[in-house]
Amino acid sequence: MIEIRWHGRGGQGAKTAALLLTDVVFGTGKYVQGFPEYGPERMGAPITAYNRVSDTEIRVHSNIYEPDYVVVVDASLLHVVNVLAGLKPGGAVIINTDEDEETVRGHLGGYTGRLYLIDARKISMEALGRYFPNTPMLAATVKITGVMEEHEFMGAMEESFAHKFAKKPEVIGPNMQALKMALAAVAE
Amino acid sequence: MNIKDRMSGNEAVACALRQINPDVMPAFPITPSTEIPQFMTTFAANGQIDTEFIPVESEHSSLSAALGAEAAGARTVTATSSCGLAFMWEILYVAASDRLPLALACVNRALTGPININCDHADSMGARDSGWIQLYAETNQEAYDNMVMAFRIAEHKDVRLPIMVCMDGFITSHAVMNIEVLDDESVKNFVGEYRPEDYLLNSERPMAVGPYAVSSYYMEAKRAQAEALRNVKRVALEVAREYEQISGRHYGLYEAYRMEDAEYAVVLIGSAAGTAKDAVDKLRAEGKRVGLIKIRFFRPLPAKEITEELRGVKAVAVMDRCEGFSDNGGPLGAELMSAMFTGGLDAYAVNYIYGIGGRDVKVESIETVFAALEEIRAAGGTEETYRYLDLRQ
Repeated sequence: MIEIRWHGRGGQGAKTAALLLTDVVFGTGKYVQGFPEYGPERMGAPITAYNRVSDTEIRVHSNIYEPDYVVVVDASLLHVVNVLAGLKPGGAVIINTDEDEETVRGHLGGYTGRLYLIDARKISMEALGRYFPNTPMLAATVKITGVMEEHEFMGAMEESFAHKFAKKPEVIGPNMQALKMALAAVAE
Repeated sequence: MNIKDRMSGNEAVACALRQINPDVMPAFPITPSTEIPQFMTTFAANGQIDTEFIPVESEHSSLSAALGAEAAGARTVTATSSCGLAFMWEILYVAASDRLPLALACVNRALTGPININCDHADSMGARDSGWIQLYAETNQEAYDNMVMAFRIAEHKDVRLPIMVCMDGFITSHAVMNIEVLDDESVKNFVGEYRPEDYLLNSERPMAVGPYAVSSYYMEAKRAQAEALRNVKRVALEVAREYEQISGRHYGLYEAYRMEDAEYAVVLIGSAAGTAKDAVDKLRAEGKRVGLIKIRFFRPLPAKEITEELRGVKAVAVMDRCEGFSDNGGPLGAELMSAMFTGGLDAYAVNYIYGIGGRDVKVESIETVFAALEEIRAAGGTEETYRYLDLRQ
């Protein structure tokens, strides 16, 4: 079982990304679980969402306390939330930031484990002309966690966008471009 | 035919309702059940169902409208949560005593205060004495299956009672998970047409609904109601057997998980059962003889059957996801422990209040309950028969 914890701020689409991940991974035939932690959330407040992916039936319904992966959609949270809490040994942190590795490790109290930095703002602005960090962060997460093959993911996302943006097909291409750029950014 | 899909609990219940295509749905939104009427209005607008959706100004009105529609002869459903259910209170009793088999999807949420929108069972547990049938789900799958079976149970001529189909707010209603749904045709055939024997709009056989009963008859009416609720046990199992034939999924009045040779047992309701199953497996792997009983029907409560299931167990924790404020435990604890006493069960028993207001239930939480049961047995009992789980000290 792979467990992923998302940290974001209300309105950035971290919850949507977690549910989208559930949706696309379902297509591979695996067992999936995607859920947000609910509360009196409002725009800009820290939020948490979760994913479980497994080859066997998932029965546990608790939040995730010892994640294999932590995704941070908003780097300002590094100063607010202990995103490393419970991270499994050998686990990885994926952060949306334009800062360099040394600086980020400094924010994380000298964390020496696996770390991936994605400049989702840059990707989103270049591809979409607007700031939607969740799409690039989703692509990066899929690649880093290996929950599904890249080509399967791209196929499933194209289908999902075609459905979601049926009335504005002009944004499908740019969204696919954002995914591609994020996948490439992980490879660097 | 089963179709593999992924859905949230709310989506699963809405899917079942789309396939059932009820005649009338009055509803008023309240989180976390709001999505159910939202889905239904979309289905109606898209022409996928011909349900008459009635937007009302309150839950008191939604249940009143539902009651009226059902009495008129229409298959009727509504959905609510928490304070919404509380606002239906007066009409809950009327629907049950008028023997109107309407369905209510209850997405369990705490009752204020402090103000809280998260899961516990305070809402439906408060309605436990209203005469409604109540069944609960562990997963989105069970929420779907229960909804598909609900009208067959409620409308049965030996029952004719309203039915509350409950699932855990957010934990089940908003988590997207794998599910297998039946094809539309199978559900349609399984549920069938609603043909009430008597109904208000039948001019051939005029009737009165909800008349006054003087003291000479009130008790008999209530006794008849209790008899109808008792019949649910038999009818629900018949319906479940038939459902198993089309779905391959087996349902009883409760589920016994690894109870064979169990020395320690936990009894609870809802999504925490899945988490508890993981705890049971973990402890079984360590050689501990532990098991779980998950309540499906709370009304009627198969108390005698569960007592028999527990015979041989050394210590039992009955767990309530709501307070009873009796200073003696929650409703499931009080009722089940009373049945265990009258059934002459020779076991230590303790009642836990857990998970209220959305307090997370972990595998480790359930492990501590089993550890406490071992301690209680070793100590030869406990003074503290009513406890809180995972309380911040």
